[in-house]
Amino acid sequence: MKEFLLIFRNDYSSVQAGSPEDMQATMKQWMDWMGGIAAQGKLVAPGNPLKGEGKVLRANNVITDGPYTEVKELVGGYTIINADDLDEAVTLANGCPILNEGGNVEVRELAAM
Amino acid sequence: MENTQIIPHLFRTEYRKITSVLIRHFGIEHIELAEDIASDTFMAATGLWGMRGLPENPKAWLYTVAKNKAKDHFKHQNIFSQSIVPAIQTNAQTSYEIEIDLSEKTITDSQLQMMFAICNPIISSENQIGLTLKILCGFGIEEIANALISPAETIKKRLQRANEKLRDAKVKIEIPNKEEIRDRLQTVLTTLYLLFNEGYYSASQNSVLRKDLCLEAMRLAYLLTEYKETRVHEVNALLALMCFQSSRFEARLNENGNTILYEEQDEKLWNAELILQGEYFFRLAS
Repeated sequence: MKEFLLIFRNDYSSVQAGSPEDMQATMKQWMDWMGGIAAQGKLVAPGNPLKGEGKVLRANNVITDGPYTEVKELVGGYTIINADDLDEAVTLANGCPILNEGGNVEVRELAAM
Repeated sequence: MENTQIIPHLFRTEYRKITSVLIRHFGIEHIELAEDIASDTFMAATGLWGMRGLPENPKAWLYTVAKNKAKDHFKHQNIFSQSIVPAIQTNAQTSYEIEIDLSEKTITDSQLQMMFAICNPIISSENQIGLTLKILCGFGIEEIANALISPAETIKKRLQRANEKLRDAKVKIEIPNKEEIRDRLQTVLTTLYLLFNEGYYSASQNSVLRKDLCLEAMRLAYLLTEYKETRVHEVNALLALMCFQSSRFEARLNENGNTILYEEQDEKLWNAELILQGEYFFRLAS
């Protein structure tokens, strides 16, 4: 079994807070999607959403604020799953609620020892 | 706690508490900041709980996150003033350790204080009701628009302007002193009764929403009885009236939505518990 990193990206500057009922529905979609993967025994780490602020460190101790939340495809979170191959990992990524919110999922295999 | 509607449930009970405490902390000039922080807290909950499941104590989680967001805000203000304008003396807020107290008492006090701040004659009655629904009852703009039978855009603009008026008048978030309290209480009670009426007599088809309006009005009136200075005859009388009226909620309308007169109502549909509560407050008011 290989491990795959799922990177969630979206244009968060355009994401509006919905009603509490909308939020409940969104939350449930995430729980259901993750639950489905966990039920197959393929959830390695549920991961985390990422907070908006951050810093970027470059050589010579150059530190800037960023990335900016206005960026069109800001990384918003990650999850790690098991799959036999990239195609299966992509299949599992289907159903991720971010796809209904205008975002996307990048699927990358973790290079193992 | 049932999972299926936890966010709306928590929103309805906790949004207003968090907002009231933050407004009291930041001042009336920052109603929108307080609301933004409260909203952001719920959005963060949605994101994190969706991925990691519900925390042991969702309410406590919300309070912790809201406090931290508020503290972060102050930190940024400090950084801004210290790195961009180092020559200017930093004012009182030099401490990074701003403590936001979300204890029961502070929550009750803050809501009472917000009630007096919002039910202020400088803004129209309609807007007092709208702001009460928004800030003290955690209603969203759509719900308020439904309740007051107005377009959402109109409500949004009117409430923004009402906020500005309160801001410009630098209305203080406090319970008025002994001389003013009787007068100001009149405005509060009028607003609460108007709010109750919105629910009781509303033309809206949404009976759940209408009941909510009545219940919110009663809840806020009840809050007034928890504070010595406002535990007065008029408040008890209003509560009695609202209890008696809402006891007949189920019996008032027939299947076609037409009003059934008092004499013709089916008494078995009257809520006995509310009638008892009404009698209790009636006695206190006499």
